[in-house]
Amino acid sequence: MDLSSINLVLLLASLMVAATPLLLAAIGELVVERAGVLNLGVEGMMITGAICGFAISVNTGNPLLGVVAAALGGAALALVFAALTQLALANQVASGLGLTLFGLGLSALIGQGYQGVRPPSFPRLSIPGLSDLPVVGRILFSHDLMVYFGLLVVAAVWFMLKYTRAGLILRAVGENHDAAHALGYKVKRIRIMAILFGGACAGMGGAYISLIRVPQWTEGMTAGIGWIALALVVFASWKPWRVLLGAYLFGGVTVIQLNLQAAGVAIPVEYLAMSPYLITILVLVIMSADKSKAPASLGRIFHASR
Amino acid sequence: MTAPVLSIKGLTKAYPGVVANSDVSFDVYAGEVHALLGENGAGKSTLVKMIYGLVQPDAGTMTLEGKPYAPTEPRAARAAGVAMVFQHFSLFDAMNVAENIALGMENPPRLADLAGRIRDVSETYGLPLDPFRIVGDLSAGERQRVEIIRCLLQDPRLLIMDEPTSVLTPQEVEILFLTLRKLTAEGVAILYISHKLEEIRTLCDTATILRLGKKVATCTPSETTARELAEMMVGTVLHTPERSGRALGEVALELRGLSLRSPSAFGCALKDISLSVRQGEVLGLGGVAGNGQDELLGALSGELRSAPDMVRMHDQPVGMLGPMERRRIGLLCAPEERLGHAAAPDMSLTENAMLTGSQREGLERRGFLDWGRAQSFAEAIITRFDVRTPGAANAARSLSGGNLQKFVIGREVMQRPEVLVVNQPTWGVDASAAAAIRQALLDLAAGGTALVVISQDLDELMEIADRFGALNEGRLSAIRPTSELSIDEIGLMMGGAHDMAVAHV
Repeated sequence: MDLSSINLVLLLASLMVAATPLLLAAIGELVVERAGVLNLGVEGMMITGAICGFAISVNTGNPLLGVVAAALGGAALALVFAALTQLALANQVASGLGLTLFGLGLSALIGQGYQGVRPPSFPRLSIPGLSDLPVVGRILFSHDLMVYFGLLVVAAVWFMLKYTRAGLILRAVGENHDAAHALGYKVKRIRIMAILFGGACAGMGGAYISLIRVPQWTEGMTAGIGWIALALVVFASWKPWRVLLGAYLFGGVTVIQLNLQAAGVAIPVEYLAMSPYLITILVLVIMSADKSKAPASLGRIFHASR
Repeated sequence: MTAPVLSIKGLTKAYPGVVANSDVSFDVYAGEVHALLGENGAGKSTLVKMIYGLVQPDAGTMTLEGKPYAPTEPRAARAAGVAMVFQHFSLFDAMNVAENIALGMENPPRLADLAGRIRDVSETYGLPLDPFRIVGDLSAGERQRVEIIRCLLQDPRLLIMDEPTSVLTPQEVEILFLTLRKLTAEGVAILYISHKLEEIRTLCDTATILRLGKKVATCTPSETTARELAEMMVGTVLHTPERSGRALGEVALELRGLSLRSPSAFGCALKDISLSVRQGEVLGLGGVAGNGQDELLGALSGELRSAPDMVRMHDQPVGMLGPMERRRIGLLCAPEERLGHAAAPDMSLTENAMLTGSQREGLERRGFLDWGRAQSFAEAIITRFDVRTPGAANAARSLSGGNLQKFVIGREVMQRPEVLVVNQPTWGVDASAAAAIRQALLDLAAGGTALVVISQDLDELMEIADRFGALNEGRLSAIRPTSELSIDEIGLMMGGAHDMAVAHV
């Protein structure tokens, strides 16, 4: 065992990278659930975003276009979910599960022929002065742009929910859709927009894995991150900053356990591999012991004629 | 009087299979409280929804302050100066008062400014309210204040109130009436919907009566008796439930120091409740919702177990028995919530009859269900209690509230209980159905059954109960004969006479 091979600076730097896909997917789902919709299709939207982004990046040579394509791909799949649950009033749980299965299959189909291809590399932040700082520059200021974009989205969602009228209305719809309707708010329209936003975020989260984190395409490469994102939203009590904390915790433990594996610690690999899931959930369960509750209309189907 | 604030001409709205409103016309004037009366299903709520822009009429016109008025959505209605206080509060429990109010406004100011305005308005109209409290923690009366203030902040010309007093104590009702009079003095017109005829007679200047979607009369309520109003609503002569003189038998049900923690976090624990009911007696229990009614019903039905001696029937301890065992010995219950507690919404009436009647009506044989007998039992209930439904095979959900209520009460009454406990037996039920249900309960008592009627409708308790007690924060007041009580005294009992300051918050 050689713990000295673990570089703390590199570890902290890679924590942010490891957390970003989860962070993007979870913040999108948070908005969806705050609007009162339970979309279990996060995994499917992520993997669809992953392949859409990958394919467009490879074909255009432009990784930023790839991210846009990933967002559109995720949102397109979310649109299917929105049509099923908001217009056809289908059951949200079944539709979401179906969406995941559909997304996994669809991505495998599109991904034929992209196995083993390398995507164009992603631009990194480089601020003269800041990025060259020892330690801090390496940890905070020299990541790819998506890491910062993820943080920006969390901050924006928090601000929107807390301080803007749009956020107030979104929460109102998730809290009591009958009352929101009675006050004249367009419950369906607001929910559909939230679902599309969630899809776009999940798609970008998926693309982060295929374009930056790994970077290559393999079938089923999101490996359950979408499900973790769903759990994260619940255990974070539907609060944006807690989602960030949970995602970083998850990313951190993931990176540490990989490093420990590499260092040959005498703990069976299986225990190390399960540790990020266990620790993240444990910490968030303890934190969610306050009185915050799920949006009251979460998962309930809205029918205007009632 | 001058020109009307709101003038309605020939308003018609049909849904597939039903005509909700047919050619309704009336005027509402500035500074008056105009009552809208009618049975369940008479078309009051559809009419109000059209005025508030939630539903568009098929035919007819509305004029607001001389201008044509055809709101396509509530926003347009609010912009034109029409505000509405809903029957089932349209509030968001997890948000604070200021946020709730902001949601009902077109262009709300910043939250801090809004809080100041909320304080101003709430003081002007005598409705104290803290803008930063979470609505989920407020009492029913306070929640209604939130709705009213939300309306008042928009300087409405016309205020619609849909059954505003159904959840208030008599003292809170008085405060509300004072507020409403203040508003009318400022020239606001109020359209007031209520089932409570006495209330309408005290408060309202004019009343429009609807029956089966049509306007049948306009009258001055203070010059009309409650009975005449009710008969206009129903269209037939109304029978007041009759109490036949009866001799009381032995004590059938007794509670001795019943104390019980509530199973729900927001419930109310029962504290040291003692009472006894004799055969043939009706005990009425009043109190504002959430003061232990649900818990008491649970403790009596057997859903909540207690120490054996706390609940006694015919001098035998039954506190440890479950609902089925209690049914077997004749202690039956009809809980408040029709959909979900008293009846399974998606099951047919036959299945619902089977659910509580299987034992006492012998609807099962050696563990197998006898659907034929269950169906005849359900049909017997339907016939005797005049439940309007195409047949026993219909789902409970498909019945209107009043009809389902007749069915769930009838189902217990038909099982010849020795003790029957009912919670809110006529909640949301129109005058004629309510009279029928009350009559059935009195007939049952005349046959020697001991009855416990838990209700928030004080008029109802005064009408059928022999003795009255009030629940307050899980405690039971002293029980007194109803003939000695005035409504004011009852109000004090409900507010908790042991702590009178609470009563006039």
